[in-house]
Amino acid sequence: MSELISITEGFKETIGNKNLQLAIYKATGRLIDKRKHAVTEDVLPGYQDLRQHAHNLKRHTLDHLDYYLEQVEKNVEAHGGKVVFCKDGAEVSDFILNLAKERAARLIVKSKSMTTEEIHLNERLEHHQLEAVETDLGEYILQLAHQRPYHIVAPALHMTRYDVAEIFTKNLGVENETVPEKQTQIARAVLREKFLEADIGITGANFVVADSGAVVVVENEGNGRLSSSAPKIHIAIAGIEKLIPRAQDLAVFLPLLGRSATGQPLTVYTSFLSGPRREGEIDGPEEFYLILLDNGRTGLLADKDKRESLFCIRCGACLNHCPVYRKIGGHNYPWVYSGPIGAIITPQFHGVTQDPWLPFASSLCGACAEVCPVKIDIPRLLLELRSEVIQAKTSAGKNRTELTAFRVFAWVMRHPRLFEAFGLLGSIMAPSGEADGWVRTLPFWMRVGPLKKWVAERDLPPPAPESLRKLWRKRKPASKDK
Amino acid sequence: MSRDYMLQKVRTALGRAPGEAIPPPPEPLLRLVERDSKDRVELFQRNLEALNGHVYRAADRDAARERVAEIMNGASAVASNSPVLRNCGIASLPGVETGFGDRDALRAACARTAFGITSAECALAETGTLVMFSNAAEARLISLLPPAHIAVIPASLILNGLDDLFSRFPRPADQTSAMVFITGPSRTADIEQILVRGVHGPGELHAVIIEDVT
Repeated sequence: MSELISITEGFKETIGNKNLQLAIYKATGRLIDKRKHAVTEDVLPGYQDLRQHAHNLKRHTLDHLDYYLEQVEKNVEAHGGKVVFCKDGAEVSDFILNLAKERAARLIVKSKSMTTEEIHLNERLEHHQLEAVETDLGEYILQLAHQRPYHIVAPALHMTRYDVAEIFTKNLGVENETVPEKQTQIARAVLREKFLEADIGITGANFVVADSGAVVVVENEGNGRLSSSAPKIHIAIAGIEKLIPRAQDLAVFLPLLGRSATGQPLTVYTSFLSGPRREGEIDGPEEFYLILLDNGRTGLLADKDKRESLFCIRCGACLNHCPVYRKIGGHNYPWVYSGPIGAIITPQFHGVTQDPWLPFASSLCGACAEVCPVKIDIPRLLLELRSEVIQAKTSAGKNRTELTAFRVFAWVMRHPRLFEAFGLLGSIMAPSGEADGWVRTLPFWMRVGPLKKWVAERDLPPPAPESLRKLWRKRKPASKDK
Repeated sequence: MSRDYMLQKVRTALGRAPGEAIPPPPEPLLRLVERDSKDRVELFQRNLEALNGHVYRAADRDAARERVAEIMNGASAVASNSPVLRNCGIASLPGVETGFGDRDALRAACARTAFGITSAECALAETGTLVMFSNAAEARLISLLPPAHIAVIPASLILNGLDDLFSRFPRPADQTSAMVFITGPSRTADIEQILVRGVHGPGELHAVIIEDVT
């Protein structure tokens, strides 16, 4: 077990950084609070029914995904757009690079998209001298600082206004400015120029609507609207799991997404986009492409027991409510998807052996499942992944110590007298606690092998003066009336 | 690119054959409520004001025009080609440019003006939302590029909410290539969770409701 829960330097740094801890706690706490007030029975009657309905819709769509993929393709094309199926990030960047070359495009504006973060699209494009500018304020700050998102919906959650001031001064050559209103205006002015000059706008998609051939982009700033309507070409990039059957289903999904993410009944802007501008429309893109990305999703789809990992609508509520995320923050997770949802999808995308500690980084408290708007049973999936990790380790012969330890443990547990003897031995040998009662260090001879690592990060309560079994034998017989 | 390959992979993952029929999806869940027009207007006003939007009631078209002139206070504006604005005389207010049919000219005008004036396809009382359809009467950038947006809407266009909207427009893509919901002024909380209005879209949103027009 010790190697699974070994604590990396990054964890220690995050946990030891008081300002960062406070920032994470305050931000996630505020989001918890906002959500809580947005899903009560008086403001959203039938919230639990909505969740179940959303779950059922996602299950139905993913169980018949081939049908809906073909349907959305047909409908996008009927509106004059084009659907591009890409199996991985390389195909996405190849397509965009080719298109950019054909249209002599050089500047791309991008609105926030976790899917493009997942495939490192910006780096791929920059490698070919295409400038791709993030336009969501938080993402723009992160792009300047060369960092990845800290949180699915609040990407720069870990930064202070002073960090932002420093980043702006260094990268934009502006005076040191620490007032968020003014920092926002600085970014607005720089990015406004980019919007008006850009040849291509790239957005993600919160939903892809099969019966309409449409993408839905949900946001608060207006950069999603600008990216999709100012440049002559709009490219929307979505994972294949983003499909929903009908436009009418948005009456279920939009309130769940906004309320779970930020406590908003609807976000400021919701764009429902189906193809390029039509005859008679004054503005809007002349070309529309919908890129549907696999990048490993079909692997998750094939596993019926874990298929629901793909139901996620990326609201971030499970991150906010997770005691582990709230301690270790977003950057200690190995991939762009952090928190409980990251802990279940990362091992399925990358294989369970790459970051075997991930499914174990949970107390299984169940808060994530309770707040998930599409009712993904995250704790169950974590347990299944844990068992897969152990199986993989065992079959690789890497698990001997732990296996032996648990075999001995199981044997002792089956023999009451032996168990008691060990308990007694333990209570005699264990050191007494410090002034506050906690045992912080064990004698050197107990700090050996795997036990050493295990106790290094843990404080223990001292053994009780009398064991439960002893107390049980000493108890007074219950009075006969009872 | 990988179209057939991916579809095949999906089918293999699901154990489905090409062209295999599917069971019907779960019925749409549209929860319709009864609310009279007066209540809808009040609810719309309350919800939009809670988001820092400004809401005005105008008794008739003339009052609406006067209200818009007051909000503009001598500044410039670009107005959409909506008949609502024309009929109110808003399109011919001093300082208002309108009648754009060319994308580039419209963009340039929107990028330098103080106000964008539009009507809306409808509005949603339960969330304080304006529903915009892009078409020959309403361009996308007028409600987006200028720092302030004024929407002039007849009270009769205020619906209850999303459920109501999607029961009237089951497939909005049949009507327009772009349906946009606007729920309050543009905002962000990306820096220390401090609320800042007017990031990329308008930081100011005014809704003028004309009460006697159906």
